[in-house]
Amino acid sequence: MISKYLIVLLGFNLLTLIFSLSKATNNQDNLISYLIFALLTLALGFLINKVRKTNQTDSNIQTTSNLTWKKLKRNKNAVFGLIIIIILVYISILAPFIMPHDPLEMNWGKTIQKPSLEHWFGTDEFGRDIFSRAIYGVRIALGIGLLAVVLNTLLGTFLGLIAGYYGGRVDNLIMRAIEMWNSIPFILMAIALIAALGTGLLNLILVVSITGIMQFARVIRSSVLGLKKADYVLAAKVMGIPDRQIIIRHILPNCIAPIIVLATLRIGEMILTIAGLSFLGLGIQPPMPALGSMLSSGQQYISENLMMSIVPGTMILLIVFAFNLLGDGLRDALDSKLSN
Amino acid sequence: MLNYILRRLLILIPILIFISLFIFVIIKLTPGDPALVLLGERATEQALNQTRIKYGLDQPLHIQYFKMMENFFKGDLKSINYKQNVISVIINRLPATLELGAAALVIAIIVSIPAGIISAIKRNSVFDYISMSIALLGISIPVFYTGIILMYIFAVKLNWLPASGYGGHIWTTEGFKYFILPAISLSFVLMASTTRLTRSSILEVIQEDYIRTARAKGVKEKSVILIHAFKNALVPIVTNIGNQVAGIFAGAVLTETVFAWPGVGRLAVNAIFRRDEPLVFGCVIFLSAVYVIVNLIVDLVYTLINPQITYD
Repeated sequence: MISKYLIVLLGFNLLTLIFSLSKATNNQDNLISYLIFALLTLALGFLINKVRKTNQTDSNIQTTSNLTWKKLKRNKNAVFGLIIIIILVYISILAPFIMPHDPLEMNWGKTIQKPSLEHWFGTDEFGRDIFSRAIYGVRIALGIGLLAVVLNTLLGTFLGLIAGYYGGRVDNLIMRAIEMWNSIPFILMAIALIAALGTGLLNLILVVSITGIMQFARVIRSSVLGLKKADYVLAAKVMGIPDRQIIIRHILPNCIAPIIVLATLRIGEMILTIAGLSFLGLGIQPPMPALGSMLSSGQQYISENLMMSIVPGTMILLIVFAFNLLGDGLRDALDSKLSN
Repeated sequence: MLNYILRRLLILIPILIFISLFIFVIIKLTPGDPALVLLGERATEQALNQTRIKYGLDQPLHIQYFKMMENFFKGDLKSINYKQNVISVIINRLPATLELGAAALVIAIIVSIPAGIISAIKRNSVFDYISMSIALLGISIPVFYTGIILMYIFAVKLNWLPASGYGGHIWTTEGFKYFILPAISLSFVLMASTTRLTRSSILEVIQEDYIRTARAKGVKEKSVILIHAFKNALVPIVTNIGNQVAGIFAGAVLTETVFAWPGVGRLAVNAIFRRDEPLVFGCVIFLSAVYVIVNLIVDLVYTLINPQITYD
């Protein structure tokens, strides 16, 4: 039994694929895009099917995910955010096919042009197409932001679980370390670390993902502290189940709600941080188009072509705004304390 | 109380030692020879060696660390670039940053607390909807984007205010003009989060029994909100403002870059770029100490607004 949503989605994705095939040129980037696109289609299909199934089950039985989804659907802001995110994800995956120009191609005859039919938002100081660069910038920002958040979530959750579950000396050690970590102004630490490790995508992801773990660890720790005293955890302990299994099987699944909310809200913060570092010249390095460094050159030519600042700035704003909307909605839907 | 303050100040010592070690390791991990950066590519081997000896770069690492710490506390640590004492370099730049941060804080509080209260009272009204939308945009906008847009409108197009630079202290007329744009753009993030929080905590407090009691007693609605509700909603608001001081710091580095502001944030960033090791060391320790002390002050302010919290 296939739902109608799935048919629409698959049809749409197939059409875009056919459309993009006709525009494809042979390079590595396109291959990556195809692969990610196929994966995305699969994942979305799976998700839709699942949501569909939970909706079809007896309405008397209310599972948590079912309830959450219902609450989320009722929240207009969250749905709006989700739609923006889906559009941005589509744009960033299909970037090589959507871009009207090569984002790296310079044209010395056409520097700093005003918007025209050929260049929708004009060109920058090297004659590169701003619109294409912005689309590619979104692709990079989303990719790095998501990777950094995943790393950040894993690290923060791990530390929070350990500190909360074992308590005592381990907890003390981790929390003091986090406190000290916290007392260095974050941006200075990020800049110093990048200066030490060198600029580069991998280093950027690493630095950004370790600099935000304290919030995570703290929240997870406090919810573990509450869960630790639950009867089922005590029962598991009495039965002699090893700690590792108790943490993974009984405690982690109950911390999932705050993890999801925090991670969603953090994506926005991460993207802002990466843009800020790129603005300072420490993030994504030229000639790779990064929204932050586009803004920084936009500022230099502020009186000649405002589009150089407005396009990348608005793109950052849009990404972060969408994730914040979704994160707020998720918090309202998942946090029973707030929704009552 | 005094005990608590003393204890917190004592904890500062291990924290600062940790930070100094941490930043020292980072500095030493940074690739490139500081002597080479200082003298340029064409320097002779002899000159390089002399510079290394002059700044103690030939010593083993642990001796370099202790030397740096000793000099820092004696006030002898000299910046390589400025040829001056690190602490005096920082203190020269400090007023610009502190005044900018304070101005941003004041703007944010003046705008966001009334806006949050009105949004909470007139829940779901047009005002509520608009101010919440602006607030959500405000926490999503990069601080340098706000800066650039403000600069374009008020400096480039309208030509009302200077585009960038520092014109003196905030209390002088000339200096004040230079303060307006950076302070507003820096205050934006804090403004947005404080408005949201003020609204939600007032909404929470308003459902409490003592508010109903106050209303039943016939207290005027104005004083119900301003005295009974607001005072109780203040704790999370102050917590948030305290936490956001860090955000102001991060924002200040970016805002100072946008507006070419001669503050400590930009000093630290430039020091890292120019491999001015003593200055990086001094800046990070100094800024971290300021940051920790601000957090202590925020904790103490809690006792003033909420007598239930005691630190004993």
